[in-house]
Amino acid sequence: MMIWSKVETMSREEIEGIQLDKLKKNVSYVYEKVEPYRKKMDEAGVKPEDIKTLKDLSLLPFTTKQDFRDYYPFGLFAVDKSKLARIHASSGTTGKPTVVGYTKKDLEIWAECVSRLAVAGGATNEDICQICFGYGMFTGALGLHSGLENIGACVIPSSTGNTEKQIMYMKDYGSTLLVATPSYALRIGEVACQMGLNPKTDLQLRTALVGSELLTEAMREEMRKLFGDKLFVTQNYGMSELCGPGVSGECRELCGMHINEDHFICEIIDPKTGEVLPAGEKGELVVTCLSKEALPLIRYRTRDISRLFYEPCKCGRTTARMENLSGRTDDMLKIRGVNVFPSQIEEVLLKTEEIGPHYEIIVDRKNHSDILTIRVELAPAAMTDNFADLERITAKLKASLRTVLGLDAIIQLESPNTLKRFEGKAKRVTDNRKGKD
Amino acid sequence: MKQLTVFIENRPGRLGEVTEVLTENNINIVCLSLADTSDYGMLRMIVSQPAAACDVLSSSGFPAMLTDVIAVKLPHHFGQLKKLCGKLSAADVDISYMYALTSGEGAAIVLKTSDNEKAESVLSDEYTLMGAAEVYNL
Repeated sequence: MMIWSKVETMSREEIEGIQLDKLKKNVSYVYEKVEPYRKKMDEAGVKPEDIKTLKDLSLLPFTTKQDFRDYYPFGLFAVDKSKLARIHASSGTTGKPTVVGYTKKDLEIWAECVSRLAVAGGATNEDICQICFGYGMFTGALGLHSGLENIGACVIPSSTGNTEKQIMYMKDYGSTLLVATPSYALRIGEVACQMGLNPKTDLQLRTALVGSELLTEAMREEMRKLFGDKLFVTQNYGMSELCGPGVSGECRELCGMHINEDHFICEIIDPKTGEVLPAGEKGELVVTCLSKEALPLIRYRTRDISRLFYEPCKCGRTTARMENLSGRTDDMLKIRGVNVFPSQIEEVLLKTEEIGPHYEIIVDRKNHSDILTIRVELAPAAMTDNFADLERITAKLKASLRTVLGLDAIIQLESPNTLKRFEGKAKRVTDNRKGKD
Repeated sequence: MKQLTVFIENRPGRLGEVTEVLTENNINIVCLSLADTSDYGMLRMIVSQPAAACDVLSSSGFPAMLTDVIAVKLPHHFGQLKKLCGKLSAADVDISYMYALTSGEGAAIVLKTSDNEKAESVLSDEYTLMGAAEVYNL
């Protein structure tokens, strides 16, 4: 497997040298150009010249999602609007969207970052890449689009929607690489089967670059079952605030996501105290952008939970790796006092053969007690003519959930194809408790 | 003889949807039994074309399957069912479930047991077993 850039194989000293050099310049740049951040630094009593080593990064204040709301739309930008080459925005399901901007140089670096991750995941200049991310304000589609074009691959910008037509393109044009959310990839496979195709033999997909929502190992296994062993699935990480996809991505060794360290510095902090944790410990991921002109965020709190590893990888890359996410701090549900990540529930559900891969999690509060309900679809192969078998399936699920979560759940069995399907980020959790305390 | 079993969630309209699929495909329901728990129901039916019915329901998103059952004519006399049950239990055959079927003037039952073959041989000397073709065309 090829490595796209020589930066990915530099020694730790070389990488850290680049990081320190860029960090110093960037902090001065932000202090000068971004008023809200200058205020934060002044309040914290830090000046750009205080940054002498990489460790001094911890002196700097955090940037948060709230800052995007407070300084909407362009308050965190370091360049004048006239210098912008593109604007993207996050979906903004609650309140105003998060607006992000790019200069021409930002777009070039972004494409370069994505190219590295795509190549690490197995993309080559011969691939025919079907991008089934929604185009538009969302950074995912155009991010992968530019990165894949940059390596010389052919791109089919098919976006989301009309899944049957997507599959027709895939089959007729011989797509070899799929870009999608894990849940949409599964949906595509499912619809292909309903159309009478065998995704293993009728499609030529061999690489999937998934992102924009959590990929659990069980989900990866589910994709392999649907599309066959020839499909190699890797995930990559990013968020619109940081550039979009392009911060980090898995290589074929599947041992965490390689970070583009010459453009981003990652730290892990204790989300409660804000203290930096040593390598290998689990906590909230905080990212500092080193190369961005338009939106150079410093110590952005991602609310994603991960760990960092610095040992060189078997693939030949020496860049630090972040562990595949185990959840987001704001996805965590507190049910009867127990912390629950939807990904934990998903792992249990996907390991249970008698049910399909789609599910919904509903949390209610009745008589001051939390009630966890999980809706799942009975797999057609598990159909039975007696209640005892159905009871066995729900009892088995309940027992496994109890082992993993320490909680009792209500299991609702549904017919196949009755639960909602998603083309973009899946929304499988409904918490009906808000405001009922 | 095949019984068609369909899984349906307890939701208004679901049973109607099953009958709609069957009607559209010209499949006749000979008899049925509908049992429920708080969350889902199980619809057991004898239909005119079980294999075709199973296919169309499955492709319409209803989990469906075929199960072997037997149908036995039962005279309309007091104590008949008790006698039949006694014969089966004497032969160590468990009854999983049963439901009624009308066959012209007489009565009949559909039975699923732990050993259908044995049940048939135990009952055949005193009762009239109904053939699949006969039942499907009722």
